[in-house]
Amino acid sequence: MGISAVIMMIVALVLVWGGLVAAVVHLSHHPEEVEAYDIDDDGRPDAPPST
Amino acid sequence: MSERQQFTGRRAFIFAAIGSAVGLGNIWRFPYVAYEGGGGAFIVPYLVALMTAGIPLLFMYYAIGHRFRGSAPLSWRRLGGGAESIGWWQVGISFVIAVYYAVIIAWAVRYIGFSATEAWGEEPGAFLIGQFLQQAEGDAGFDVGLSLVPGVAIPLALIWVFALLVHWRGIQGGIARISMIFIPLLVAIFLVLVVRALTLPGAIDGLDALFTPDWSALTDADVWVAAYGQIFFSLSIGFGIMITYSAHLKRKTNLTGSGLTVAFSNSGFELLAGIGVFATLGFMAQASGVAVGDVADAGIGLAFVAFPTIISTMPGGAFFGVLFFTALVLAGITSLVSIVEVVLTAIEDKFGLSRNASVFGVGGAMAIVSLLLFPTTTGLNLLDVLDAFANNFGIVGAGLASVITLAWGLRRLGVLGDHLNEVSSFKVGLLWKLMVGLVTPLILGFMFVSQVISRIQDGYGEMPSGYVALYGWGSAIGLLVIAVILTLIPWRKGVVAAHDTGQGSTPQPGKEA
Repeated sequence: MGISAVIMMIVALVLVWGGLVAAVVHLSHHPEEVEAYDIDDDGRPDAPPST
Repeated sequence: MSERQQFTGRRAFIFAAIGSAVGLGNIWRFPYVAYEGGGGAFIVPYLVALMTAGIPLLFMYYAIGHRFRGSAPLSWRRLGGGAESIGWWQVGISFVIAVYYAVIIAWAVRYIGFSATEAWGEEPGAFLIGQFLQQAEGDAGFDVGLSLVPGVAIPLALIWVFALLVHWRGIQGGIARISMIFIPLLVAIFLVLVVRALTLPGAIDGLDALFTPDWSALTDADVWVAAYGQIFFSLSIGFGIMITYSAHLKRKTNLTGSGLTVAFSNSGFELLAGIGVFATLGFMAQASGVAVGDVADAGIGLAFVAFPTIISTMPGGAFFGVLFFTALVLAGITSLVSIVEVVLTAIEDKFGLSRNASVFGVGGAMAIVSLLLFPTTTGLNLLDVLDAFANNFGIVGAGLASVITLAWGLRRLGVLGDHLNEVSSFKVGLLWKLMVGLVTPLILGFMFVSQVISRIQDGYGEMPSGYVALYGWGSAIGLLVIAVILTLIPWRKGVVAAHDTGQGSTPQPGKEA
């Protein structure tokens, strides 16, 4: 495998998979906002606490 | 509102959207397009296309569905009256693609079994066309008939039963659930395939062929068009899928952050597939004593002829074959259900059908059309011509109509950009508008016009011109006519107006009345 092929393979992997890692990290820094009171985290609104 | 008609969260949505984007094209199209388009140098036009067209368009379609809360036709209708036709055009394209796409998945199902016994023998090409698909030869192959081939029809019927059960379970309980199982499984299977492929003799030669850069390719306009085409088809933009899915998202969902994850997952998977496919082709080239370029292929030829040949040559080939065709089935099914969902949600919205009625009535009708036309002795030519026209005229044409209508006709990019910024973490601005309003219309316009000229001048392959006129041009133009007719049918009272522009609860697709 030629040196130019090795370099381009690494460049492609770093850019594409690096982009994926960056996107996932970005998303994890912006957690999903809960729309309703959802104590058991099942995506369905629960009754709010009485006190 | 039915609970199963909404994604419970963005994780479910992201998996469903990746399931839609990652399909057969990632496995059998990208590697060859990259190899032909300058090898390692192809990464430049590919990433430019991803940044300037793929991701901006993905954001645009997410914004349409999420802001206007409807199926493709309803969202377009809410954007501006006549634009509804674009939505129905997308629905028509999805209908046509779904009915033949399911057939290829059915072939892959059979090839899982064939791999175990290497049933194709010495001649995988002849086995595929003659023994398995039983295609009529010569001119008879162009007489569309109803002579069923049970070996294809039975797995196809099972694929449709499975797909319709998934739709019956709904967006979250069906589509998101299978995507959250199938996509990790698909990646795991492909990792095993890639590791196995890389340990084969000749694998390095395959990677050398794929990644050695030919920088002169960057001065070739065709390579740039191929890169945009690959991004455009691979990300499943233009079908109306992303409008449909994002309409089923909660109000406060990070659209652009999710979109970036989906786009890079799709590209990450196709790069993995490229490595696996070319390492395998390198092995085949060495075993046959030829150059990698002589065995490189794409599409049906790669999956159903080249790979069976390799499987027969490779030690432990049966296991490799079972995994490869299982991967094709998993990638195909998650894409198929996303395409069918475009049709079902649209019909539910316009005609007020219940989920059960749309799944078993409309979905059932799609299954019957699929079963009557394609698992037949004349199905392969029909599949080929419909695929070419649905992609190059349908998807490219509908994409072009979308960006021109939004940016230059309705001038609503500002509204959509504001919506994206209101709910998302990754903000869009002038650059995004330039990409959607200027770059993508130019690229898609060039692709569309050059395809029209090429098809008019050169026809399609070796097919008789009358056949191409009827099934190729006929289907392409027919979809436009049907789109206009469906647009002229009035909506049920209150449906079009029944969307909330604020943050409150909003009606969901299929549940408007």
